[in-house]
Amino acid sequence: MRKVLMGNHALSYGAMLSRVQVVAAYPITPQTQVVELLSEMCAEKILDAQFIKVESEHSAMAACLGASLAGARTFTATSAQGLALMHELLHWASGGRLPVVLGNINRAMAPGWSIWTDQNDSLSQRDTGWMQFYCGSNQEVLDSVIQAFKVAEKLHIPAMIILDAFSLSHTYEIVDVPDQEKVDKFLPPFQPKFRLTPDEPHAFGGLTSPEHYFELRYKLQKDMEKAPALIEETGQEFEELFGRKLGLVDPYKCDDAEIILVTSGTTGYTARVAVDHFREKGLKVGNLRIRVLRPFPFEKVQSILSHAKKVAVIDRNISYGHHGIFYQEVKSALYGNSSVPVFGYITGLGGRDITLNTFQKIIEETQRNETPPERISWIGVKK
Amino acid sequence: MVEIRFHGRGGQGTVVASKILADAINKEGKFVQAYPEFGVERRGAPVYAFIRIDETPIFDKSRIYSPDHIVVLDPTLIEAIDVTEGLKEKGWIIVNTDKKPEELAFPTKYRVATIDATHIALKHQLGTRATPIVNTAIVGAVVKVLDLARLESVIQAVKEGVPLKPEENAAAAKEAYESVVFHS
Amino acid sequence: MKKQQPTKKIIFHSEKEMPLAPYSLGSMLHNRTGAWRNIRPEINLENCIQCGICWKFCPDVAIYIENEYPVVDYTYCKGCGLCAEECPVKCITMVEEEK
Repeated sequence: MRKVLMGNHALSYGAMLSRVQVVAAYPITPQTQVVELLSEMCAEKILDAQFIKVESEHSAMAACLGASLAGARTFTATSAQGLALMHELLHWASGGRLPVVLGNINRAMAPGWSIWTDQNDSLSQRDTGWMQFYCGSNQEVLDSVIQAFKVAEKLHIPAMIILDAFSLSHTYEIVDVPDQEKVDKFLPPFQPKFRLTPDEPHAFGGLTSPEHYFELRYKLQKDMEKAPALIEETGQEFEELFGRKLGLVDPYKCDDAEIILVTSGTTGYTARVAVDHFREKGLKVGNLRIRVLRPFPFEKVQSILSHAKKVAVIDRNISYGHHGIFYQEVKSALYGNSSVPVFGYITGLGGRDITLNTFQKIIEETQRNETPPERISWIGVKK
Repeated sequence: MVEIRFHGRGGQGTVVASKILADAINKEGKFVQAYPEFGVERRGAPVYAFIRIDETPIFDKSRIYSPDHIVVLDPTLIEAIDVTEGLKEKGWIIVNTDKKPEELAFPTKYRVATIDATHIALKHQLGTRATPIVNTAIVGAVVKVLDLARLESVIQAVKEGVPLKPEENAAAAKEAYESVVFHS
Repeated sequence: MKKQQPTKKIIFHSEKEMPLAPYSLGSMLHNRTGAWRNIRPEINLENCIQCGICWKFCPDVAIYIENEYPVVDYTYCKGCGLCAEECPVKCITMVEEEK
């Protein structure tokens, strides 16, 4: 059914349709309406789940670990400082191989205190062993939750569904909310490969000697390496049932493009408007929106970008002392694979709007220069 | 693509008005995107809501700077802020006021429509004299002036979208739809 | 709780034999600490009320329940005496070990 939903509620509906059994969340800022709606769904028995209200995001993830380890399908949501407070337990979830799904609203980190969007909160958690899905629309948010549970539970690896603050979280868009029956067909109940139960006592997370630790991490990486193919396969299966395609990346008019923009989140949707605008003027521009950052889609990125004459990566984040993080990722994927020059742009930090005008500056600068004139090109800084 | 900006005051239901309008547009099978001002809201302070409407899916996620039309829920805002900022020529200004369009001093490059939404709201017992709830009447007027949806879509969207008094709100939207003053 | 069979130190020769998660990996079963004991708990089952407190309190998980009664696993019991201290009917006595 076509419904007008804000991004926060698209997450809630995704969790509801996935029949989550436990939701543990901290209900105060920087929390959003995601868990407010889920708590109402629990109270009204629309959703048959335990809602655990906790005193911090750290505790929220701790409760998720316990529930997931007992074999329950588990969901939580947070944002910015809240995600940072979860940091330690994000490692516990991935290291413990617990397929929790977390919705994160991309908000800039304080100080200055901000409720507006950028990606530094989730990118600070890039190396915690979670899969990361960056969404471009509210439809994608809902669909990604359902697909993420399927992939996460097969691999026993947790997943983060990430959406821009305000430009998705509080923006109403039309979302096709699928029938429960169809979702049930796509996503069967969670069948954990191991769980804690009094019937068969086990210890979990005990002291792990150098004898064992190394192999556990090897196994996590090996399973993470299986994720790209599984995400694509799951996306195809989803498309067959629901008619909507989602993959590791979302290329737009890249086949014959001379300049390819690399984007993520909502920036990747506005980029399409810019691509069409410049194509009308006769410039062959394309856009590669990276949907999945972890696992990194090496093959897709390499095969799509190596055709281009120039690549322009747009980062709404920064690794201080280095560069934009997507820029680093793309460059390292292309190293030894293609000699296409990669331009790096940083823009939109702390919720500064990214408009057609922003893309115009980026595309013109990329077109004008043979190689990047500066290590970092800042777009929109008041100098 | 049509882009509209709503001007109201915190607590008037400005964001809800844009959401109900989006619901009505959705019922027409068109595409729509609606969002509040990105920030914090305060009761009584000027607030904004925005809406994009198109026949095809909307990919532009940037904010609206040059709206095609504007809607003013509280006429005192006209004195307080520049409500026409960025408004395109020939754009409609739809104002909640008891005055006639020609009595308002807007530049002639804009078109003006007026609706006494406060009177309609109070007549249908929506809110109090101190704080009338005018948003559903406004939606009725907007849909009529801009020819965005059928009346039955609006009535259905109002009934589903308000937390209280669905019938009264639907009646207010209908009355505003029928009585908005404009010269096209 | 079932009695666990004493095993040798857990050694995996390949990652393939290992569990996905750190799940019963830190087992101390190979550490047979019982020989260290100076006094041993003896349970008078005639007075036992089957409350399970000794089972719960044993810091070394050296008491297991068999046919609904507690049994001490002397392979691991270090003789700390906590079970005797906590037993509400005092049916556990600590007896000198003959060494």
